Amino acid sequence: MTYLTKPKLHHPELPANALGFTRRDYEGTISTLCAGCGHDSISAAIIQACWELAIQPHRVAKLSGIGCSSKTPTYFLDKSHGFNSVHGRMPSVLTGANLANRDLIYLGVSGDGDSASIGLGQFAHSMRRAVNMTYIVENNGVYGLTKGQFSATADRGSKSKRGALNSEEGIDLAILAIQLGATYVARSFSGDKAQLVPLIKGALEHPGPAFLDVISPCVAFNNHEGSTRSYDYVRNHNEAVNHLDVITVHKEITTAYEPGSVQQVPTHDGSVLKLRKLSDDYDSSSRISAMSYVQSRYAQGEIVTGLLYVEQDADDLHASLGTTPVPLNQLGEKDLCPGQAALDRFNAALR
Amino acid sequence: MKRIEAVNDFVIKFANVNGSGSASANTLFAKAIMRMGVPVSPRNIFPSNIQGLPTWYEVRVSESGWLGRRGGADLMVAMNPQTWEKDVVEIEPGGYLFYDSTKPLPADKFRDDILVLGMPLTEICNATYTDPRQRQLFKNIIYVGALAALLGVDIAEVERLIGEQYKGKEKLLEPNLKALHLGRDHALAHLPCPLGITVRRTDKVGDRIFIEGNSATALGAVYGGATVCAWYPITPSSSVAEAFARHCRKFRVDAARGGNNFAIVQAEDELASIGMVIGAGWNGARAFTCTSGPGVSLMTEFIGLAYFAEIPAVIVNVQRAGPSTGMPTRTQQADILACAYASHGDTKHVLLLPEDATEAFEFTAEALDLADRLQTPVFVMTDLDIGMNERLCRPLAWDDARAYDRGKVLTHDDLESGKRFGRYLDVDDDGITYRTYPGTHAKRGSFFTRGTSRDRYARYTEEGSAYVDNMQRLLRKFETAKQYVPEPVLRECARPARHGVIYYGSTACAMDEALAELEAEGIALDALRVRAFPFQDSVIDFVGAHEHVFVVEQNRDGQLRTLLVTEGAIDPARLSSVVHYDGTPVTARFIRREIEERLSAFNVRPMRRTASAGE
Repeated sequence: MTYLTKPKLHHPELPANALGFTRRDYEGTISTLCAGCGHDSISAAIIQACWELAIQPHRVAKLSGIGCSSKTPTYFLDKSHGFNSVHGRMPSVLTGANLANRDLIYLGVSGDGDSASIGLGQFAHSMRRAVNMTYIVENNGVYGLTKGQFSATADRGSKSKRGALNSEEGIDLAILAIQLGATYVARSFSGDKAQLVPLIKGALEHPGPAFLDVISPCVAFNNHEGSTRSYDYVRNHNEAVNHLDVITVHKEITTAYEPGSVQQVPTHDGSVLKLRKLSDDYDSSSRISAMSYVQSRYAQGEIVTGLLYVEQDADDLHASLGTTPVPLNQLGEKDLCPGQAALDRFNAALR
Repeated sequence: MKRIEAVNDFVIKFANVNGSGSASANTLFAKAIMRMGVPVSPRNIFPSNIQGLPTWYEVRVSESGWLGRRGGADLMVAMNPQTWEKDVVEIEPGGYLFYDSTKPLPADKFRDDILVLGMPLTEICNATYTDPRQRQLFKNIIYVGALAALLGVDIAEVERLIGEQYKGKEKLLEPNLKALHLGRDHALAHLPCPLGITVRRTDKVGDRIFIEGNSATALGAVYGGATVCAWYPITPSSSVAEAFARHCRKFRVDAARGGNNFAIVQAEDELASIGMVIGAGWNGARAFTCTSGPGVSLMTEFIGLAYFAEIPAVIVNVQRAGPSTGMPTRTQQADILACAYASHGDTKHVLLLPEDATEAFEFTAEALDLADRLQTPVFVMTDLDIGMNERLCRPLAWDDARAYDRGKVLTHDDLESGKRFGRYLDVDDDGITYRTYPGTHAKRGSFFTRGTSRDRYARYTEEGSAYVDNMQRLLRKFETAKQYVPEPVLRECARPARHGVIYYGSTACAMDEALAELEAEGIALDALRVRAFPFQDSVIDFVGAHEHVFVVEQNRDGQLRTLLVTEGAIDPARLSSVVHYDGTPVTARFIRREIEERLSAFNVRPMRRTASAGE
């Protein structure tokens, strides 16, 4: 495999966003994943979300672990710095990067092997540590690069391409994220761009730990009869509980909603999440009822998608550490070094 | 039996029970002697335990200023019945035993070649205090008072220290002073004060400070500009992170802007701590972690990433006895090879080898510069002996004109002006390439960081030639590192010497003493204290300039010797190991005896003896 650049020619009338950028300005190199891979749809959704939000691409830091999903950051935002770290350890690298410069937008991309198996610990602790980030798991229930072994999110009883039944319980990362303190948790499907793009936008705008579990079928190893991560299965068992619109401050609110069916969630920077309920008995503002609903539907074989949980007054790690508003990587000797005079006093106290 | 008689030159050992409050009383005793101008060198010998197991505090009093462990004890303060037998045996013939005589002990519990000094400590405490906790705590202060009387320690110095300790807590001051005098008065009335071993005021301490290595290391990180510290608790390194937090609260709270100019995260494990350090380093903040051997083992995958992707990271390794959990509260220098070559594939890392707390301060600050300059992990290799003991050291100093060396970083203006940027493009031929921080420029300077092979422009490739090109450049960079790391310290014998000795780190204090003794015996040795890896040419040349060189270190396998042989392409026969690795700090006695024996096997006779034989 080599590095493939995309030709930069594009149609002169492609629409531009508030920054004057077209969607092409948010792209990366050509994907080397299999044709039809769900991950490529997620990359496209990330591009669309960043373009719609008019994010400056270079103000995003994109980080990943190892695996098919972790390759995708090269396929979007090529003006962003990217970091393909080690297997299962993206969360710690992202946490450190975030500590160094709180002003960038942090986008972590991971897979189900990367986050639910080898990296379950780092996934969990980054959630409970409340790192301000968008953490996307491209969840296909299978190890693609090593050719089709079950991953830890594969449902118990689901069948591998070779016909083996999975005897181990599947991990629901979205439920874990809610329990562990993530303040924005969503689940979506790579095949439902209309649902996914606003959920990514909401996550990028969210000032705390935002987690997205995106079911993303693996066309090579997990798209067969008996799989619960195939396109067909997910389409037939997808229960969307709400639909999200993200209204940025710059835009006038024009969409009309039926009264009573819309929940408004203001964010720190003034933009508003508008959440249209599709299921009457779903409450995305309560951790407990969200977990209970998702799990009871799972017991019925249904996959609940949408914005599962959001906390209005979310905060992040910098708030709990009380760090200075200036990014730490911009501080110099004057801010950091106490100098000889302080050292003289320090010495004197040790005699 | 002749009693040991000595002024300002003896060893006193306290045998205590962990958690009994003895530590602060023992430190008080050591500091009082230091305040009299007499060098002291205390060592904690403690178990991996919070309460109940035996712990010792050994104080060497040495007007000559020898700070290494001597071995043996001239006076044993035996406060722990659990270890009584062993403690009594350890006393040098003609020495002294101080103990709590409240409960009578049979005669066979003692030795007849030592002077036994009994004081009914429990009885005194029970008569004076009602609170059980006070009965325990003041027992310690009472024996400090008694020892002051027995050894001629100026009681005013002890009083002053107690005053400093309880400044602002006057309610505690009076009872402590009372306990001190209870002990002193009882000793003066009932014991043969002063003993044959005594302390006499002198001026041999000078401007030195009494400091713990871990605290100095942490202060080095503050002065060196570390803003991110990610760590996981592990003995004996935890107090580095705790001291960093303490120093930061004092020196790094931004009064003007509000908020902390630092971020400290106690991670879930060592993998996460080094991951955070690498993330922060990638993003342009100075970051470090502190750990010990088992932590380094866990970090090795990430260390390989930082080496190959070229990300600054500082790792403080306060070494303890391995392998595995080993002896977690005992000292060793046994991670030299594990750190020098940490991770799979071909890797080499920069190691700094401080001898004491002051150098730990200097080298930690230096490591932060080196990591940025060389864009690679840098290890600061201390050990438990340096880290967790207070030692007399040169005062800490900082040049206020010193600017941080942030290494080769292209700024927004550099990129705007069209400066060519290839993340792994070696434009200066020193193996070090330019980097950019994320978010610097809207159109230029972005690149993808990865642990996979890449070309000079950071593009993924599995082309063999591009891979080799990159690996060769990393070797060039390691060569460049030699000019930046601390130089070795040469100590030449006054007379021409055919033999040499190489040593490093905490071995230095014992080595200083051993060298002086060997020289006094007429044995000529040149000595080189290595302070960093990669080795400068001067280190390899030192070996070349001597017929035979001893490498003294505190591990079983002679790890620095292996590194010298490998990296310096040295004939292994020219280097022999003198190793001490039982977990206690190496002594001058041990080094001297080993070297004498080896030299006599080489048929080398001391000058003095040769001369007398010729008469």
